[in-house]
This record gives sequence, structure tokens and C-alpha cells, in this order.
Amino acid sequence: MDDRMPTTTERLREEVREQEIQKQSSESPRAEGEQPARGRPVPRDKVKVEVENLDFWYGSNHALKDISLDISAHEVTAFIGPSGCGKSTLLRCLNRMNELIPGTRLEGHVRVDGRDIYENADPVMVRRRVGMVFQKPNPFPKTIYQNVIWGAIINGYRGNRDDLVERCLRQAALWDEVKDRLHTSAYGLSGGQQQRLCIARTLAVEPEVVLMDEPASALDPIATAKLEETIHQLKEEYTIVVVTHNMQQAARISDRTAFFYMGELVEIDDTEQLFTRPNKKRTEDYITGRFG
Amino acid sequence: MADASRFDERLTHRRRKGIVLGAVFFLATIFGLVVLITLLVDVVVQGSPWLSLDFISNYPSRIPERAGIKSAIVGSLWMIGLTAVVSVPLGVASAIYLEEYAPRGWIFKIIQININNLAGVPSVIYGILGLALFVRFFALGRSLLAGAFTMALLILPIIIIASQEAFRAVPQGIRESAFALGATRWQVIWSHLLPISAPSIMTGIILALSRAIGETAPLIMIGALTFIAFLPGSVMDPFTVLPIQIFNWTARPQPEFQGLAAAGIVVLLIVLFLMNLSAILLRNYFERFRPR
Repeated sequence: MDDRMPTTTERLREEVREQEIQKQSSESPRAEGEQPARGRPVPRDKVKVEVENLDFWYGSNHALKDISLDISAHEVTAFIGPSGCGKSTLLRCLNRMNELIPGTRLEGHVRVDGRDIYENADPVMVRRRVGMVFQKPNPFPKTIYQNVIWGAIINGYRGNRDDLVERCLRQAALWDEVKDRLHTSAYGLSGGQQQRLCIARTLAVEPEVVLMDEPASALDPIATAKLEETIHQLKEEYTIVVVTHNMQQAARISDRTAFFYMGELVEIDDTEQLFTRPNKKRTEDYITGRFG
Repeated sequence: MADASRFDERLTHRRRKGIVLGAVFFLATIFGLVVLITLLVDVVVQGSPWLSLDFISNYPSRIPERAGIKSAIVGSLWMIGLTAVVSVPLGVASAIYLEEYAPRGWIFKIIQININNLAGVPSVIYGILGLALFVRFFALGRSLLAGAFTMALLILPIIIIASQEAFRAVPQGIRESAFALGATRWQVIWSHLLPISAPSIMTGIILALSRAIGETAPLIMIGALTFIAFLPGSVMDPFTVLPIQIFNWTARPQPEFQGLAAAGIVVLLIVLFLMNLSAILLRNYFERFRPR
């Protein structure tokens, strides 16, 4: 059995349970007709991922309510919000990972480069173009080299494998540390190194978007700093979306930030704007620590 | 110190109780061990005069000095070999379907409950089933094939359950990250699930086969004979196995045959011991490769 990091199903159930509790204890963040506050919009030609009127149910629980937002290409977008607000659920909708959980339902649209990823689309191909790094580093029980190359092999990679492995490890800022032990077990690495290995293997299938679900929450501060720097360099080539419960981290690494509460999008804006001059009181309450 | 008069510590009494109970538990353990050791010593003492190279290379005979277990050992080996060939692919494939493909619903629960129950059905029942189905209906006669199919049915639930447990022990994070790299379900199973769970499955298979090798009743039911003075030349030939040969000798009045039976038991015990030992060694060896 997994050690005490919760499984995704358990975490999602936890999210849903927390939403129930919050529903009872406070009013909805949106009054009748109130829309999320949107700051500077993403220019049309820079939109990489578009979410349109997304509703998501986990069983009978309405976990995401009418979400619409744009993710800008070659930028880091952060999803923040209290536990149970749906940010992880939304992230997993972007690469169809929620389909692996029985009893879920989705309405609305998600488009990458203008193409719908749910209608007439193969989930396997979607997950290649939209990669994901998980909260707990989980390298395969193989060598470092095999970890990086496996995704590429199963997708029919025909190029030079050694080059691919080196390129991805360099992009993940791990090459110098592991270049002399590529064929040793991945479990010999530290937690922070393992997480960067997971990033490297995600990059090996040449995605366009990289989703990260609380990537630093299992890491110590030094490893976290290294990871944040890696994210900063990755955005030159990829579009990154990061879910984090750490507001300072969101402020440090992201260009745009979206704030969620109880399954709804409350506000989305350039990070600097959202953290210094938020439009909604709920946002301000959250970032100043009055709740969450 | 608290008000001493409110506590009646009776320390001596409590300690004494603990010591007495400790002695009782120890004696219970010793009792079991002593009985086992007595049986073992009795068998070894009775059987060792008859243990010799001749014993293993002779066929059964009415003359005790010339009797041996050659046909029984060869029959047993053939039988578990065939049983393994039939039951392992069926059992592992069923477990893969149940754990990784089957939708969870009431049908699934019914199947699961039935498999669990079948693991506890007395082996004689499988013998009756084998007689009706394989010996008579499929007209296989009293052959190795009929015996192997019957034993395969017997141990199939054990293998399925052991394999299912092995798959459940694979951390969910491994599956998720494999899917997130754009793998199909089969690629996830073949590249990760099976290699990681293989040691546990192997252990389960060996233990299931060790059970099969000691079974007498079902094979008597399907007609495995007790005086075979030849080796089976093909899977359609009649055969005998070690437990049946032992059983046959114990039923004879002459004291020499009791000694022969004891010798047969010793051989059977050695085979069982070696099988269980290999299961333990395999498990220990592969423990290193478990994902953490």
C-alpha cells in the first residue's frame, strides 16, 4: 500500500468533503449574477489552453462550477485557493486524468491550441501534449536513464535516445548531478532530485503544456528553491500551470494567478496585480491570511 | 505524590498474573512445537531405514524391499508442471482483468465474492467436478491431463487472489505517472504493473503449487491409480502421485509398508520444504526492487 501520502482518489474525496463543510459554514462567494474578476485578458494569439464553462461532478458532488479561463503560452499560471476549492480537480481536467476515476462527469470545453481535448480526441494523445508532475515524486523502479526514456519509447520515439535523455535532464537541472550514474536506480536520488527526474521524464515526450500539482509540497526548502528556479527556466519552452497551496510560492514563480473558492473561479489576473491590488474582497481575505 | 489511599495498587498480584499468563502462552507455543517435532521425529525414525537411492529409483512392488516411489515422484512432478502451465496464465490474466479493467459494480462484487469462496471449497469437491467434467464429459479418462485440469481449478482461486493482492500493492502513483506520459492501459500494465508485482505473484504461485502437490482426495476421485509400475509417456496416460502412493502403503497391513510410507512422507516433506524455501528466498531477493 502507498505510504502515508494520500492517493489521488483519497485527495479528491477529501476535497469534496471539505467543500461540503465549507458550504455549510459560509455563504457562496458569488452573489446572484456576480462574475469572477478578470484582470488584463490574455491576448488572443497567446492563448494556449482555454477552459470554457467547465462543470465537473465527482459522483453527485458538483466540484467545479462554470469555470472559464485562459492559460497564456510560455507563462507560468498558478492556481491558488483553500483546500477543497477544486484547483487540483481543474488541473486534472486539463489532461483528462480525471477520467481514470470512476463516477466522474464533465461538461463544458477544454481546448489546447483551439482544439477540443475531449470531443473526438484520444486521451492518450492529449496526455502526451499536456504532461503532468505529481505532488509526491514517484519515479519508476528503474534506472534514471530508463525513467526518462520510457515515455518516449512507448510513444514510438525514433531519434537518438542518449541525446534525448541528456537534453531532458539538463532542462530539469539534474544532468550535472546524475550524468555519472545514469544507469543506477532512481531510488538512489533525494526527494528533490526525484521530483526533477519526474519533470525530466515528462519533458521526454515533448509536451507543450506541463501541469504541476503541488510539486514542492513534499520537498525541503532547498529542493523547493531549486525546483522553482527550474520552473522559471522551463517556461521559455513550455506553458506551465502550477497548483500550489503556498501563496508566497505562487507570488514568486507565476506570471498569472487564478484564485478559486468552493469550486468557483473568484479572480484571475496578472500575479502582481492579484497580490497587490485584488479586486474581490474574498481574494484579499485569502491572500492576507484571514482564512484558508 | 497523589493521595495514596485512593489507589489499591496490588503490584505483586498484577505482576504475578502477568508472569502466569506469560507462562501459559509459552506453554501453548511449546505444545504445538512439541507435537510437530514428535510427528517429524517419528516419521523420520520410521522412514530412514527405507530411504535409499533404490527407493527413489524403484517402482512400487508387492515386495517391500524392492518398492520405490519413482512413478509417484515423476507423476507428481508432471502433475504440478501441467497444473502450473494451465493455472498460472489463467489466474494472472483473470487478476489483471479484475484489478485493472473491470468496472466496479455489483457484478464485480459477485465475481469477487465467488472467487474468495471457491478458495475455501474442500478439495474433494473439485475431484468430483473433475471426474464429471474432464474424465467423463471431455473423455480424457484417468489421465495426467484430467488430473492437471482438476488441480488447476483447485488452485486457480488462490492464484487469482494472490495476484490481485500483488497488483493492489503497486502504488497508485506509478500508474498515474505512467498514464500521464501518454501510455495506454496495456502499456502501463506490461511495463510497470507486471514487473513490480511479479515477485509477489511468483511467491503466491509457489505456495499454491505446494498445496497442490500434497493433495490426495481430488486425484483419487479422478482415478489416479495406486499401483503404477511405469512412467507416464504422454499427458493422456494414467499416473500416480506421492500422496496417493503414501496413502496406499499405509493401508497395507505389513509393517514394512508402514516404514515405506514414512519414507515417502519424508521425501514429500523435503519437496515441500524446498518449495517453500524457494518462495521465501525469491521474496527476499526481490524485496530490494520494490518501489518506495
